[in-house]
Amino acid sequence: MSKGPSLPRRAVLRASAGMALLPLGRAAWAATAAGGPQRLIVVLLRGAVDGLNVVVPYAEEAYYAARPTIAIARPGTPGGVLALDARFGLHPALSSLLPLWREGTLGFIHAAGSPDPNRSHFEAQRYIENGTPGDSTTPDGWMNRLLQTLPGPHDPAEAISLGPTLPRILSGSAPATNLELGPEAARPLPIDQPRLAAAFDRLYAGDDALARAYREGRQARSEVLADLAREAAVADAGAPPPRSFAARAARLGRLIGGDPRIRLAFIALGGWDTHVAEGGHQGQLANRLRPLGDGLAALAGGLGTSWRDTVIVVLSEFGRTVHENGDRGTDHGHGNVIWVAGGAINGGRVYGEWPGLAPDQLYQHRDLAITTDFRAALAAILSAHLHLRDDQLDRVFPDAPPVAAGLTRLLSA
Amino acid sequence: MSSRSAGLLGAVCLLLLLLAVRANAADSDRQVIHVLNRLAFGPTLDDFNYVKAIGIERYIAEQLDPAAIDEPIELRFRLAQLPTRGLDASELRQLYGPLRPVLGVKPSLDEIRAQEIRARRIERDAAAARIWKAVLSRRQLQQVMVNFWFNHFNIFSGKGLDRIWIGNYEDRAIRPYALGRFRDLLFAVAEHPAMLVYLDNTENAAPGSRGAHGAASGINENFAREVMELHTLGVNGGYTQADVTTLARIFTGWRVNPPDSTQFPDVAAIFDGLRHDYTPKVFLGRTLPAGGREQGLEALDMLADAPATAHHIAFELAQYFVEDAPPPALVDRLAARFLATGGDIRQVLATLFASPEFLGSAGQKYKTPYEYVISAVRAAGVPVNNVRPLLAWMSRLGMPLYGCQTPDGYQDTEAAWLSPQAMIERIGFAVDFARGFVPVSAEPADFEAGMPRQAHRPDPVDPARLKAIFGSTLSPATRAVVASAPARMRAVLILGSPDFMRR
Repeated sequence: MSKGPSLPRRAVLRASAGMALLPLGRAAWAATAAGGPQRLIVVLLRGAVDGLNVVVPYAEEAYYAARPTIAIARPGTPGGVLALDARFGLHPALSSLLPLWREGTLGFIHAAGSPDPNRSHFEAQRYIENGTPGDSTTPDGWMNRLLQTLPGPHDPAEAISLGPTLPRILSGSAPATNLELGPEAARPLPIDQPRLAAAFDRLYAGDDALARAYREGRQARSEVLADLAREAAVADAGAPPPRSFAARAARLGRLIGGDPRIRLAFIALGGWDTHVAEGGHQGQLANRLRPLGDGLAALAGGLGTSWRDTVIVVLSEFGRTVHENGDRGTDHGHGNVIWVAGGAINGGRVYGEWPGLAPDQLYQHRDLAITTDFRAALAAILSAHLHLRDDQLDRVFPDAPPVAAGLTRLLSA
Repeated sequence: MSSRSAGLLGAVCLLLLLLAVRANAADSDRQVIHVLNRLAFGPTLDDFNYVKAIGIERYIAEQLDPAAIDEPIELRFRLAQLPTRGLDASELRQLYGPLRPVLGVKPSLDEIRAQEIRARRIERDAAAARIWKAVLSRRQLQQVMVNFWFNHFNIFSGKGLDRIWIGNYEDRAIRPYALGRFRDLLFAVAEHPAMLVYLDNTENAAPGSRGAHGAASGINENFAREVMELHTLGVNGGYTQADVTTLARIFTGWRVNPPDSTQFPDVAAIFDGLRHDYTPKVFLGRTLPAGGREQGLEALDMLADAPATAHHIAFELAQYFVEDAPPPALVDRLAARFLATGGDIRQVLATLFASPEFLGSAGQKYKTPYEYVISAVRAAGVPVNNVRPLLAWMSRLGMPLYGCQTPDGYQDTEAAWLSPQAMIERIGFAVDFARGFVPVSAEPADFEAGMPRQAHRPDPVDPARLKAIFGSTLSPATRAVVASAPARMRAVLILGSPDFMRR
């Protein structure tokens, strides 16, 4: 990875291959010449995944010295990492992602994260979601601000989140919706009955927050129900879908692939706070990573031809300590690895400047340092993939550092 | 003036008087419902009439002294049927914990599995007790505060042995102090085995100490961090990473008693000196001399007394009882009261309930799923013989009881809970519940006794009861929609109305 100086964002945009061919005044979010609309799917691993055991710096002696019981062995040894390049290897539980890496649609940005030094899960997640590290007063989420850059009128199906609540990252003035994709998703609800719906429509005819949420829920439900009915008929052949993350992810992929209105999606997964008995190539973390890897592969498959217009980003609020603790686990740290996947990704390589794991290279003498601000990584995707202008990027990530020059090749032309 | 115009004037005056009386009655009903929405889990018809009769000041005073309130016989009868309540933490482990080898023979996989299934009774009993108290107790403020403090000191039933200690934690560490002194609450929580398990302190050992081995061979910061960030000072409460590490060293040796321990076999949580770091420490700028358990006690005292803690707790209370972004002046007043009374929760609440900010905040809070479900059951006045359908709905609405995995507990803001999906799902609950399709009145199947499940007959909610409580205070828009709807739809619409989504 080159260590070149950071360029001003505008200069970087001009320099990025392919962008130079775009006509002036091209609208953000415009469909590619190939056809489909561009999508962005964000997966937030809440609880701080141990990135050093996801993309393992196996060439670092210090890695093995710091982790006597939970380090993952070098490639080619039993239970060893899956070699990505001469420096890094993938956790073996993520083997289902290896085909994506080989075809060049999966890459990583190592030593990335939020610059705020806070090691509180909750504060750090807030910053990842509101996009303003250090400022907890920002009322909306960056994905909602991103949504606001779409040309209107807005439709709540443009941005969806899996789960019973709408996360902070998607909350704000643009409509967004949350939904469940488990086995019960397509079953009829009382509100689908016309007489009840008419009465409730009158109860929620106002312009307050509850009425808006109600109407967005109704609209999204009618649209998504139609999608789900079609999708289930095609893909599940009527069989009830299983509950696994891979099954829900495949379903999400098919849903997005079949509905051009859906532009953004968000998934949060918990269970990464491995203070005790983290495990190495097997154990707690491995048991969490395997369904995640299977799920991402299923999501890619479910997207079908939309895969080429989709970017998936996987990130976490911070990393974990370089040294394992006294309980064969790891405590709250700093830098982490960001995963990027999708047909448009220039994958098959690990981006980011690697700061090293020697004691004097660590952040506060204990954690992986951060050389790529997560906002700079996301801004590179937003500008090259969603074609946001500088002023729009500034709205999504106010006061963010410029896109590092090394990331300009993250997306293929 | 002609007699005719005098008569007209008199009639107009009478009409105005009647309207004024009605408006006053509506205002007074509104305050009664406001107080019951905040100090209780919403009005029942009985509570509504009771508070109307005695006035809100007297009701507030009564609620602040729960020991003087008699509980209904129905509640006492129901609680008496829950066999695992009342067991202490070590008894729970002996009866329901992992099976130990007997005479060197390890339990079989089938036996282990059967024991785990048996242990599920504990969480069921704890949840049933929680729901029955929330619905039936006349000590409503105490139930509200148990819910508040449990969430503040959250633990998760899915973490290790917490599945067998969750009810004991609520009954022994939270409930007795819910309206008491914050310091006592903090100590009870920090010394309860469920918290030591949940935040991994039971694995926290001084590296190289005689007791450090296996899974517990070094420092684990988890408890030390969260006790400052979440339980006391708050995230910007003025501590550093060095304070986190130091506090973790201070708490080395605070652990669950090993099951085969011959020392204090009837105690579930102990201080293990073999794992403790006895060196002197500098914590939050103060030097703690070399010592054992007393270092941890002194650190907890410092945290309980800190102005940042007073402010943190004052903010959370004002956020729960007043509004999502409480007025800073009110928070400052409550924090001052907290400091002046040595953290007396009852006194802080008395100040809060007397404040104009509290009295003027009716309807400002969007109910959490827990509050929404419980308040619907209370308003409807239906008998709850089976809490499981309610627990299932809480899960479906995103708030499983005892199911919040992270130590920050559930959020208490509209931003966290109001979403398109939430509105659709809540209305789904209102419809099913009002039509009697949430089978709370059916006696549950008791698998252990082999009892068959009673057939469920739909038991619709009586709209007249809801109208008797909310009739004078519903918004004009809601009233118009309800009035024009067919009778069988009215309870559905009241429970699903925007008015009922808020408290």
